[in-house]
Amino acid sequence: MGFLHDLQTYAFLQKAFVTSIMVGIICGVIGSFIILRGMALMGDAISHAVLPGVAISYMLGINYFYGAVFTGILTAFGIGAITQNSRIKSDSSIGLVFSAFFALGIILITKAKSATDLTQILFGNVLAVRSSDMWLTLAIGSLVILVVIIFYKELLVSSFDETMAAAYGLKVRFIHYAIMFLLTLVTVASLQTVGVILVVSMLITPASTAYLLTNRLSIMVLLASFFGALSAIIGLYFSFEYNMPSGPVIALATTGLFLLAFLFSPKQGIVFRKIKAFNRKKLA
Amino acid sequence: MSDIISVKDVSVSYFGKQVLEDVSFEFKSGNLIGILGPNGAGKSTLMKAMLGLIPKDKGTIEINSKPLKVFRKKIAYVPQRSNIDWNFPITVKDTVVIGTYPLLGLFHRPRKEDKEWAMCCLEQVGMVDFADRQIGELSGGQQQRVFLARALAQKADYFFLDEPFVGIDVSSEDVIIGILKKLQSEGKIVFVVHHDLTKVKNYFDELVLINKQLIDAGPVQKVFQSENMTRAYERPVSMLSDLGVEM
Repeated sequence: MGFLHDLQTYAFLQKAFVTSIMVGIICGVIGSFIILRGMALMGDAISHAVLPGVAISYMLGINYFYGAVFTGILTAFGIGAITQNSRIKSDSSIGLVFSAFFALGIILITKAKSATDLTQILFGNVLAVRSSDMWLTLAIGSLVILVVIIFYKELLVSSFDETMAAAYGLKVRFIHYAIMFLLTLVTVASLQTVGVILVVSMLITPASTAYLLTNRLSIMVLLASFFGALSAIIGLYFSFEYNMPSGPVIALATTGLFLLAFLFSPKQGIVFRKIKAFNRKKLA
Repeated sequence: MSDIISVKDVSVSYFGKQVLEDVSFEFKSGNLIGILGPNGAGKSTLMKAMLGLIPKDKGTIEINSKPLKVFRKKIAYVPQRSNIDWNFPITVKDTVVIGTYPLLGLFHRPRKEDKEWAMCCLEQVGMVDFADRQIGELSGGQQQRVFLARALAQKADYFFLDEPFVGIDVSSEDVIIGILKKLQSEGKIVFVVHHDLTKVKNYFDELVLINKQLIDAGPVQKVFQSENMTRAYERPVSMLSDLGVEM
């Protein structure tokens, strides 16, 4: 129980703890909508594409938040523009745009700062969370959760049946870009905890785990948040106790939870499906 | 009161390729209209253009001489089954509750009476017993009935159904056509994209026959005859009658 004691003792650990939980929750919330809308790759793209924004912010001496949001949104529009105005399919345009942004980001950041910073941004270092990072994460988190609660109905219908949503007058394209904006915010908030490369695991994996366990969107969002937060705490624990990089540990924790659901989910799990199939055969 | 939907000179193209050319027709309240034509004739495109979901090159779609946009909330749309993600985490009942969203507007959640109304609509299509099932667990016909219930929940005046009779069982077909006829008798306007020629006469009173251009529009007896059909399907009528179509 050394970890719990340390958690009560050290302020830096408390900040890391609070930040991790918030990051886990909002990644689960936004991730749920991302995977239902078939935009998992988009999550990967935006998370990589914030890198040049972070670098430029360093150079200008402003908070990395502004630059990251700027290049994140730019990427979303860039991908949209290529998909709509050419015959290039959306997965290709996603790969095309984000690899360019990511490459630019790596060059800029090696110019701007030392290599240690690059590692931190790429793979996360939850123990280095400062007060300002924590407050930023809490502010972004509250905004994301509030928006999802207020517009839950519209998010549900536009994710489920976009044509009907458009037919009754919802601005579905606006909703798409609003989700991209929230996704960018969530990515920026996750930078310290999981890092650019592995944010996608926090977005996709807890939501996918939840997807296997329920038939209701609201419960899926709650479960995804729970799994996200749990994974983040596991990541923090290993990072603190065994000096491991937090991002990869969190990514593996999300995967572990997913495998449990994949094998043992009452409805979708392959173990129960096999058992049911076996029993049916026995009866026949 | 009697409404008139009028489509005037509507042309649509995708990436420079003309899909619809100068299509015009007009229908009044209390009609059940089949939109008919061969594969690739632009049936679904016509419906989407009518709903304002895709950009038009030219033309207007009006209800009582006002742009259709004004009536958006009075329009119910039932998508092709292939356009829905049937693994989406949503139950039958919640799917129908979505039908109450347009009238609720922003910031309002469905209340108890909205959910009761949704159940009432499910009852009309005979799907109450399935209310708590995930939508992917249903058969094709049952899924189509649930989406029709969602359209009913919208309390709309104008209904647009894209291929509702594809791959469904006979009893679902009876339920759906029964409800469409009832809507018609209540003075609604119902458009149905349809491609199976065998039951056209049982289903519809009015037809829009297209193949990129309008071939003919009006009462079934007038439109559904061999010369029109040959023009629309670009093949001899004898072959059509070989397919079991009675003219």
